[in-house]
Amino acid sequence: MWLFDKDLWIEIFHTLGKNMFRTFLTMLGVIFAMIILVLLLGSANGMSNGFDKVFAGTASNSLFVWGQRTSEPYKGFERGRRIRYKIEDAEIIKKQIPEIEVLAPRIELGNHRGIVSVYRNGRTSGSAVYGDFPEIDNITKKKLVAGRFLNNTDIDNSKKVCVIGEETYKLLFDKGETAVGKDIRINGIFFTVVGIFKPNNNINIDGENAVFIPFTTFQKAFNSGDRMGWMAIAVEPTTEVKTVEKKIKDILKNKYDIHPDDERAIGSFDMSEIFNGITAFTNVLKGFSFFVGIFTLLAGVIAISNILLITVKERTKEIGIRRALGATPKVVKRQIVVEAIVLTAFAGLIGFSISVGILAVLNSLWGSGDDFPFVNPMVSIPQFTISFLLMVTLSVLIGLLPANRAIKVKPIEALREE
Amino acid sequence: MIEIKELHKSYKMGSNSLHVLKGINISIAEGELVAIMGSSGSGKSTLLNILGMLDVADTGDYTLDNVPIKDLNETKAAKYRNKFLGFVFQSFNLINYKSAMENVALPLYYQKVNRKERQKKALKYLEQVGLKEWASHLPSELSGGQKQRVAIARAMAAEPKVLLADEPTGALDSTTSYEVMDLIQKINDDGNTILIVTHEPDIADMCKRIVHLKDGVIVEDKKIEQVRASAYV
Repeated sequence: MWLFDKDLWIEIFHTLGKNMFRTFLTMLGVIFAMIILVLLLGSANGMSNGFDKVFAGTASNSLFVWGQRTSEPYKGFERGRRIRYKIEDAEIIKKQIPEIEVLAPRIELGNHRGIVSVYRNGRTSGSAVYGDFPEIDNITKKKLVAGRFLNNTDIDNSKKVCVIGEETYKLLFDKGETAVGKDIRINGIFFTVVGIFKPNNNINIDGENAVFIPFTTFQKAFNSGDRMGWMAIAVEPTTEVKTVEKKIKDILKNKYDIHPDDERAIGSFDMSEIFNGITAFTNVLKGFSFFVGIFTLLAGVIAISNILLITVKERTKEIGIRRALGATPKVVKRQIVVEAIVLTAFAGLIGFSISVGILAVLNSLWGSGDDFPFVNPMVSIPQFTISFLLMVTLSVLIGLLPANRAIKVKPIEALREE
Repeated sequence: MIEIKELHKSYKMGSNSLHVLKGINISIAEGELVAIMGSSGSGKSTLLNILGMLDVADTGDYTLDNVPIKDLNETKAAKYRNKFLGFVFQSFNLINYKSAMENVALPLYYQKVNRKERQKKALKYLEQVGLKEWASHLPSELSGGQKQRVAIARAMAAEPKVLLADEPTGALDSTTSYEVMDLIQKINDDGNTILIVTHEPDIADMCKRIVHLKDGVIVEDKKIEQVRASAYV
């Protein structure tokens, strides 16, 4: 097998090595092309990772359902009727739709997104007050700055505890003051702070100025009975949110005598739509950079072919001498093709190393993802393998061009050239 | 060693055809040192190229060491060249980025001789032409005469049946020419068959036989008393 012919490699490295400047110029195009490809791909990956980080902590396959007013009269009810859910709806829905992984009912004080005055030591904060189950944390993760989130004991014992947002903390407490263990007052009732949360900086459903208290405590303290404001629902990853959304709405429409065509009575928000949008965006970005990168690489490889064509012309005499000394056309052809492959592969590796270095610098500068979505920009091994193999394959095809030119020249004509 | 019968060759120049060789018959035995002479355009270089399988004849027979040379494709020609022939050119034709030794070793590379053996042989032939201590020098560091001696060493390295030299002294001054001829004569003394194309009578006189070409035919073919180049060196 000629691939393992040591002499061939010595001959090739000798030829390339003795013509360093030419070799370097030839490789430049591919080096730059590889840098561009890897940088583009790496940045696209970094962006994709950045978005992933933004959404980390929010269940992507989730939706939120709340009640609004009907827009169609139905079964003797007038339009404009307010739909209020009951806590039992959560159980009914969970039982009927097995695709639901988590269902967290919630109730808020005042109207939807209502602001309630929260007091402490003469200070006031206008906050949203929610009655929640601990499960909500599985759908929109809270970053806790201090203490803990609500737990099942709080629910079971209807404990008068609360978890407050950072904004609320700033309004009610001095800077640096310990809040956990202290009391705050809502509607004349005292709640002990057990935790402070910071909204996970990106997707923010609850706002920063919010107070979470156990659902059962809420029922007793504010006399909300069996009312339920809205539901946060996480769906199995394999199931489309849309189908579950439809099923939930059908159940609720049936239960609350809502006209089947009434689109306004039940409010809902499909989180997966945003995710799909952004995933589609990053995928397009990745595809685009791959596309651009590959064509740049193609241009680089063609440049190699071009320069090899020129050098073949320049080397006509050398090739003529070699053939007069007994080099068969096959041997000459092989040498030039292998030269093309070695040049391309070597240049590709140099370009790859340089660009990986650049990406590492970029990563250390902005890779934390705090300022803008750009995390761990790097190319994946399959991406690198595909582009590298593609590049080498191209170089074989393109090396054949100057190789064929080289053997077309008759040795006698080559030698006659002075 | 070489048998040529009724060799014809013409070149197409646009619509005209130029008849260069018009029926050459020649027979060269082993150990001969033959000068092919003629003015430019006489067809001497064409004849040498055909003998060297760098070019093919239109018609006629060519037998080299009892092997009929016909139906040549490039691969076959390259193999025959490697096996049968050594070339020496007027312009030396050394590969300029390879050292003297690497140049000499090149035909052996194409014979698939292994690297160690190649270097050993190359050194041996360089020693024979008196350039052993120049082995690692590039052609650009050698004088014209030295370059031609390297080229001769290279031609001999493959141990060919016939050495073909196309104006080997054409680019050299007379002193260096005689040195090169001295070397060629010594190689011939060892029993090697050598063909030299030249238009210099004094070089031709250093051979053992002169073949005169004119307008594509052999006009004279005579054995001569060899003048030893060493007398001039």
